[in-house]
Amino acid sequence: MQTKRMTFPGRWLPYALLAPQVIVTLIFFIWPSLQALYMSLLREDAFGLNSTFVGLANFARLFADDTYLDSLSVTAMFAIGTTLLSMSAALLLAATVNRMLRSRNAYTTLLVWPYAIAPAIAGVLWWFIFNPSIGIVPYALEMLGYRWNHRTSGNDAMMLVIIAAAWKQIAYNFLFFLAGLQSIPQSLIEAAAIDGAGPVKRFWTIVFPLLSPTTFFLMVVNVVYAMFDTFGVIHATTQGGPSQATNTLVYKVYADGFVGLNLGSSAAQSVILMAIVVLLTVVQFRFIERRVNY
Amino acid sequence: MMASIKLEGLEKTYPGGVQAVKGVDLEVADGEFVVLVGPSGCGKSTLLRMVAGLETISAGALYIGKRRVNELEPAQRDIAMVFQNYALYPHMTVFDNLAYGLKNRGFKRDEIRRRVEEAARMLEIEAFLPRKPRQLSGGQRQRVAMGRALVREPAVFLFDEPLSNLDAKLRVQMRVEIKRLQRRLKTTSLYVTHDQLEAMTLGDRLVVLNGGRIEQVGTPMEIYARPASLFVATFIGSPAMNLLPLGALLSGPGAASHGALLGDLPPGTGILGIRPDALRLEAPHGPHLTLSATLELFEAAGAESHLHVRLAGSGQPLVIRTAGQPAVAEGQRLHFHITRDALHPFHRETGRRLDDTLKTKEQAA
Ligand SMILES: Nc1ncnc2c1ncn2[C@@H]1O[C@H](COP(=O)(O)OP(=O)(O)OP(=O)(O)O)[C@@H](O)[C@H]1O
Ligand SMILES: [Mg+2]
Repeated sequence: MQTKRMTFPGRWLPYALLAPQVIVTLIFFIWPSLQALYMSLLREDAFGLNSTFVGLANFARLFADDTYLDSLSVTAMFAIGTTLLSMSAALLLAATVNRMLRSRNAYTTLLVWPYAIAPAIAGVLWWFIFNPSIGIVPYALEMLGYRWNHRTSGNDAMMLVIIAAAWKQIAYNFLFFLAGLQSIPQSLIEAAAIDGAGPVKRFWTIVFPLLSPTTFFLMVVNVVYAMFDTFGVIHATTQGGPSQATNTLVYKVYADGFVGLNLGSSAAQSVILMAIVVLLTVVQFRFIERRVNY
Repeated sequence: MMASIKLEGLEKTYPGGVQAVKGVDLEVADGEFVVLVGPSGCGKSTLLRMVAGLETISAGALYIGKRRVNELEPAQRDIAMVFQNYALYPHMTVFDNLAYGLKNRGFKRDEIRRRVEEAARMLEIEAFLPRKPRQLSGGQRQRVAMGRALVREPAVFLFDEPLSNLDAKLRVQMRVEIKRLQRRLKTTSLYVTHDQLEAMTLGDRLVVLNGGRIEQVGTPMEIYARPASLFVATFIGSPAMNLLPLGALLSGPGAASHGALLGDLPPGTGILGIRPDALRLEAPHGPHLTLSATLELFEAAGAESHLHVRLAGSGQPLVIRTAGQPAVAEGQRLHFHITRDALHPFHRETGRRLDDTLKTKEQAA
């Protein structure tokens, strides 16, 4: 295959064009990362006046700390719950919209709107809807005989943050699933119909397997989202409570560092988070290249 | 199980108002191979898809065997279809592609294996059974698509331009194979193509469609010998039939002698159709017309040649097909001859064929 090759007059122009991106990356991503890496090896005294080099002690303490291990399992629960909920809801919506002929565009537009809402605002929205004293959902649940209170019940709180976080991600997943569905040739579905498969069977034996590259891609994106991009949602709804029940890793970084002022530990946690992102990214590229399944 | 197909006043109006099929009546006998042929957009696929149950029927009735199947799902109609793009399931092996329909119908594992292997042997795709479709060539995929259709032993085969994605050589080869297979299995088949040669060679009978209506139904040779309309005349046969306005023969050089021979044409004749091979460079025995024309272009096509000429006087373009390579030069003035019975008279306004009493029986045979 032939690739087009642009040539620039002079040596400095390409560097100049690249510079803004490189500078932004350096200042806002690489520099703080290095800072965190450095700080994770220090310990500050209680007054923040001086710091001493402690090697990997911050990490060792974290993994010996039950609240950190708790937070790890809370995060796992939260990430799995959010991913499952937002992906299954999005797939259901996409499959439904894909069957429509006339109103498809209108629905697509409407369904994409939640994605444009800032996480904190979405959080406040859910805070109102699920508010134990004035919210509509607790009121409805009350009539069904369930007393909802995410301020005292850890399970309720977990449900709340999962719903709030998943809701925002549905739009994104929906778009990808819809595109995935539309790229499946109609004749495959027709062939399966002639081959005696009903709509449900067609979905699970033809459509779903053919969506697997999309599904896998979204799974990684959603896990990354749930783990790192949900600070706003949690902050606006449960603030990690009650009693650490929704204190995910990313929220704990904030709580320990800026509230608890334990900067060394907080930095160590950030470094662990970074390692997880790197790992997920590698997994994603590995599998996407192999195109999963077919 | 075998079955006939009967279409009664079948119509299709798509949402949005396009009327793709405008009342089609047709009977396909048990075991018959019928080819639907027509230009792009004439409604062939629509008609086939209505038989398959992939499009709803707007009006009319459809019978497969004794059953009225208008409202039945595709799976309940006991049909199998081969798609233009093959529509193989890309995530399944060839074996699973063939087995899918049988599994859905609850066949036993041994029976599935036996049938898939038998179909694979028949189509010589045994070696590909463990492969995925993307690991196959176009021709091999085509065979797998055929295999998927025949493994179920359906009452009816439906084909929608199954060969149009193959190269010319493979197309001829697969054409022969489809015909052979159908002869052997004797399964009622409806086959859609826009390729008139494919239609002529495959079908027991042809159905020529134009603008959602049937123009003519008949055996390939009936249609070739006695096209029912100008449309059919130009659509079937290659190079296409020449169409000459009657006036072009009745004026110009030799008009007087033509008049005598053409005097018995049916009333209303406006256009005469002449097959390119009915124009001869040597004078035949018996009464004939002689025309003179200038050779504009000479095409040698191996065993035959095509002469593009322009009629002296009227300037009408004509194509002549001759065997071999006659010794002619471009720009040369030529004389050529037509016997009276090689003329196909068409009505000057409707374009329908006018029954020509002079036509002899053996030409239709
Ligand atoms: N889903 C549809 N909605 C509206 N109009 C349609 C639809 N499908 C086909 N048509 C129209 O119906 C007519 C017949 O289409 P059809 O696909 O049957 O043609 P065809 O004879 O198979 O042509 P080709 O040889 O190009 O495949 C065309 O005018 C086409 O535009
Ligand atoms: Mg078609």
